[in-house]
Amino acid sequence: MLEIIGKVAKVIGPVVHAREVANAKMLDLVEVGEDHLVGEIVKLDRDRAAIQVYEDTTGLRPGSNIYSPGVPLSVELGPGLLGTIYDGVQRPLEVIRDTSGSGYIQKGIHATPLMREKTWEFVPTMTIGAVVEGGEIFGTIQETSFIEHRLLVPPDVKGRVVWAAPAGPHSIDETALRVEGTQGEAIEVKFHQRWPVRTPRPSKTRLPLRLPLVTGQRVIDTLFPQAKGGTVVVPGGFGTGKTMIQHALAKWCDADIIVYIGCGERGNEMTDVLMSFPELIDPRTKRPLMERTIMIANTSNMPVAAREASIYTGITIAEYYRDQGYHVAIMADSTSRWAEALRELSGRMEEMPADEGFPAYLPTRLAEFYERAGMVQTLSGREGSISIAGAVSPPGGDFSEPVTQHTKRFVRCLWALDRQLANARHYPAISWLDSYSEYVDEISDWWQDRSNGEWIGLRHQILNLLQQEGKLQQVVKLVGPDVLPDTQRIVLETCEIFKNAFLQQNSYDKIDMFCTPEKQIKMLRVITDYYTLGLEAIKKGANIHQLKKLEVYSDILRMKFSVSNDEPEKIDAIREKLHRSMQQVTEMFE
Amino acid sequence: MVDMKHRAEGRQYIGIDQVSGPLIFVKGIHNVGYNEIAEIVDSKGRVRLGTVLETADGAAVIQVFEGTSGLSIPETRIRFRGESLRFGVGTEILGRVFNGLGEPIDGGPPPMVEEMMDVNGLAINPTAREYPRKFIQTGISAIDGMNTLVRGQKLPIFSGTGLPHNKLVAQITRQAKIVGEDTEFAVVFAAMGIKHDVSRYFVRNFEESGVLEKVVFILNLADDPSVERLVTPRVALTAAEFLAFRLHMHVLVILSDMTNYCESLREISTVREEIPSRKGYPGYLYSDLSAIYERAGMLKGVDGSITQMPILTMPNDDISHPVPDLSGYITEGQIVLERELDQRNIYPPIAGLPSLSRLMKDGIGEGMTRADHAHVASQLFAAYSHVKDVRALAAVIGEEELTPLDKTYLDFGNRFEREYLTQGEYEDRSIVQTLDIGWKVLSYLPKEELHRISEEELNKFYGK
Repeated sequence: MLEIIGKVAKVIGPVVHAREVANAKMLDLVEVGEDHLVGEIVKLDRDRAAIQVYEDTTGLRPGSNIYSPGVPLSVELGPGLLGTIYDGVQRPLEVIRDTSGSGYIQKGIHATPLMREKTWEFVPTMTIGAVVEGGEIFGTIQETSFIEHRLLVPPDVKGRVVWAAPAGPHSIDETALRVEGTQGEAIEVKFHQRWPVRTPRPSKTRLPLRLPLVTGQRVIDTLFPQAKGGTVVVPGGFGTGKTMIQHALAKWCDADIIVYIGCGERGNEMTDVLMSFPELIDPRTKRPLMERTIMIANTSNMPVAAREASIYTGITIAEYYRDQGYHVAIMADSTSRWAEALRELSGRMEEMPADEGFPAYLPTRLAEFYERAGMVQTLSGREGSISIAGAVSPPGGDFSEPVTQHTKRFVRCLWALDRQLANARHYPAISWLDSYSEYVDEISDWWQDRSNGEWIGLRHQILNLLQQEGKLQQVVKLVGPDVLPDTQRIVLETCEIFKNAFLQQNSYDKIDMFCTPEKQIKMLRVITDYYTLGLEAIKKGANIHQLKKLEVYSDILRMKFSVSNDEPEKIDAIREKLHRSMQQVTEMFE
Repeated sequence: MVDMKHRAEGRQYIGIDQVSGPLIFVKGIHNVGYNEIAEIVDSKGRVRLGTVLETADGAAVIQVFEGTSGLSIPETRIRFRGESLRFGVGTEILGRVFNGLGEPIDGGPPPMVEEMMDVNGLAINPTAREYPRKFIQTGISAIDGMNTLVRGQKLPIFSGTGLPHNKLVAQITRQAKIVGEDTEFAVVFAAMGIKHDVSRYFVRNFEESGVLEKVVFILNLADDPSVERLVTPRVALTAAEFLAFRLHMHVLVILSDMTNYCESLREISTVREEIPSRKGYPGYLYSDLSAIYERAGMLKGVDGSITQMPILTMPNDDISHPVPDLSGYITEGQIVLERELDQRNIYPPIAGLPSLSRLMKDGIGEGMTRADHAHVASQLFAAYSHVKDVRALAAVIGEEELTPLDKTYLDFGNRFEREYLTQGEYEDRSIVQTLDIGWKVLSYLPKEELHRISEEELNKFYGK
C-alpha cells in the first residue's frame, strides 16, 4: 500500500521539503521518516514538494524516506463517531491515551478513528435488485439511544444491489452491500466510508433558511438569532466569554448533532467539556449531551499543522450527518488560531504575505469553510443543515484585524463581544449596539407562530428603546440622570431592567442556563409592558421613584431565576401583577 | 544538569560557514536532525550548546544559546549529539540553583540524575487531564475572593515596570495553601532576564519563610546570554513535571519575566529574516507561548500538580501589546496590576475589573469555599464597575451634582479599595474573612441594589 515517493531535503519546523518526488499528487496524504509522521503535500514543483506535517518533527533528518498511500487526507465516517474526541487529523484521543498508557501524546502513534471490534445492530432497508445511487440510505444502526445512524451509499457509487448484509450485528469493516456498477463493475460498500476533508460532500440542492437555531440564550434568540444552516462569527478579546458562548451553544442549541472544534485553544477547556457533557441532560431528548456530540480537540500546544486540518475534519464529519438528514451545528473555537496556523505554515514556505503576515489566500479559505454551511436537500431527498458559529480572537480586541474583517464578509450574523460588559461581568457580553443578524426576516415566521404574531413588534420596540437609551446615556455622561424628564428616565429604567433581567444570563444557574422560546416571549412582554404602562402612569403624573418602589419591580428582576422553564404561566401572573400595580399608581392621579 | 556523558559520542565537524547574531550556518554535514542539540567548541576549547533550527541536505542552521562571540569560521568545531536538549532530573534538584540551560551554578556537586527528560516536553492529551477545581488560598482578598486560583491553573500576573509584582508573588508563595490539607508546595522559580537584586529578593524571601530546600532555581539573569532564555522556561517546566508527576508533589512554577522571553524569540526570528506579525514578533509567538503555558495542569490518576504563575511586564502598561494579549488568550485568566491604585498607595494594586480567573467557577462554593462566594464576587464586580462609571461622571459634573444613590456608590468604591483590596504584605486572610469583608463593604449599599445576590443570602449576611 505504502510507496516511497521521495526523500526529505529540508526540515523547518512543521514544514518538510522533499526531493526526488515521483508519483505524488497535490494534497496527498504522506508519512514522513521512519516514525511515519503524518503529513500532507501542499506544494508541488517538478520533483520537489512541500509537506506540512501533523506531528512534531524533532529528530527528523534529511534523506529520510517519504511514503504515501496515494490518497488525500481523509476522515473515516461511520457509526461510532458520536461521543468521541479526536485530534485535528481524526486520531481518537481516548484510544491513544489508553494504548500508550501515558497522559502525554507521544510521537508517531497511530490509531484508527472508528472502533474495529465493536458490532452494531444493522437494520437493512434496501432490497436485492434495487437500483441505488450515491447518498441513498441502505440501512440504519442505532448509534446512540437517540440518534439513528443512517447508512449512506457513498456519493460516487451507482448501480444495482446484488447482495446485502443480513440484519443483525456487524462490525464496520464488514461488507454491507455489493453493487453492480453501471459499467458492470463490482463495488463493495462497507459499513464505513472515507471522504477527503478538503472536498465538500455533495448534496442535491440548497434550500432557503427558515428555521431558527434555538439556543436558549435570550440575547441570541430574541435579538440576534442564528438560523439553522446559518453562519455566525463571535469576535472578542480574551476574557470576554467566547468560549462560554460556544459552550452554551453546544449544550443548549436545538441541533441534532454537535461538532465542537477546539482549535488551538486551552487543554483544560476541552477537559471541561469532556467532564460536564456526559452529566448534562439535553432538555429536549432527556439524554446526556455527549450522545449527540463529537469533539475535535487540537489544543494550542499540539502540532500546528493538525490545527489547520482540524476545521476541515470537523466540517466533513458534520456533512456526513447532514447527509443523513440531520441538523448539525458546528462550533469552531477559535478560527483565529486556525488562521494563525495558516500564517505560520505559509511563512515557513516563504510565501509572499498580505495583511499582517497572513497569506493572500486567507479570505478564500475562510469563504470555502463558511460556504460549507447551509440548509440542503440531501441526495436522498431529506432535509439537513449545517450551522457554523466561529469564534475569532482579534489581537488586542481590535476588530479591524484581517481575520475578523474577512470573516464578516462571509457570514451573515455577528455577535460582537464587548470588553466593558465583560469587565462588569455582564454575560453573555454580546454588545446590543454592535451585533447584528441578517436572519431575522427569514426566521420570524417561526417566532410569530409562537407569539400570536407579536414577536416582531415586541422585538422592534425593545431595540428602539435600546437605541434611545444609547443616545440618552451620552447626555447622562455629561450632566447626570437627574436632569432628564421622567418620560426619558423610564427609557433608561426599562433598558436597565432589560439588561439585568433579560440580556444577562447566568450559565451556572440551574434554571437560567437555558431559556425556552416561550419563556423568552413572555419575559419580553412583561418588560415592554413595564415601559408602556410606566410611561402612561408618568404622563398621568406619577414619578419614576414611585415606579421603582413597586413590589413587582423585584419580581421582574428575578423572574429569570424564579420561574422555571416548565411553568412559564407564572410569568403571566407577574404580568398581571404589573398591570394591577400600574393601575393603582395611575388611579392615584385620576 | 545537562548530561555530559554523551559528549564523547556523536558526529564532529570542523569549520562553520557563517555567523549571524546568535545563529551559525554550517555546511558539509550529514544526517542532522531537526531540533537536535549541537556542541559548539571554539578555538580555546570552550563548549557552548546550540539547537538545530533548520536542517537540509548537508546544511543546518544552529542557534547558539550562549552567544556567538569569539567564534571563528575555520576553527569552530561542532559535535551533534543526536538528540534534543535534555535535563537530568532527580530528587536532589530541590534546593539547588541552575543556569538557564540546567547546569548547576551554586558551586555544589552535580545532583544525582534519576532520569534524562527532554526539555521540550510533550502535549498533554486533553482526555488525560484532570480538571482543576481545588481552591488554593493565597490569603489575599482580591485574589481569593474575586479571582480565585485553583490547583493546576495557569494564572499570570500582568504588571508594569515599578509595580510591586515581586512582592505580590513572594507573598503568594509564602501563604499559598490548600485549606484542610497538609500539603506543601514545591516551587520552581525560573528567572528570564531579571535583575540580580530581584533574584536575590526571592532567594531571601524563600530563606525567611524556610522553604528554600523546596525550591528549584533556574536562573538566566539580565546579563546572561539572551538566547539561553528560550530554553530556561522549558528546563524549569521539565523540573516541575518531574517533581509533580514522578514525585507527586504540588508544584508552583513562577516564570519571570515572560516579556524578556518573547524579546529573545523576536531577536532570533529577526535574524532568521522571518516574516513578522505584530510589532515584529514572529507569527508563531502564540504557539510558542502555549507550548510553555499549557504545561500547567494535572493528570488523571496521578497525584501532583503544576500551577503556573508567569509574571510579565506590559510594555507601556499596554494590555493590548502582543505579549500580554497572546498570553491572555492562553492562560486561564490574569491578575492585572494597576498603576493608579499603586500611586494611591493601595497594596496589592490588583485592578478590579480586568482581572479574571477562568477556573474560579468550579473551585468555589459550598464545600469548597462558601455557598455565597460566587454571588458575592459577582456583586462586587458589578458594583465596582458602576463605581467606575460614577467616578467618570463625577469628574465631569462634580460630586455634588450626583444623585444620592451615586454618592453612596462613591463611598462604597472607596471603602472597597481601602478595606477589601488593601491588606498588609504579611497579612494572611482566610477565605471566610475575605467573604465577610466583602459583605461588610456591600452592606454600605442599599439592599435593593444587590441584584446578583439571592434573598436568603441577603437575609443571612447583609448588614451583619
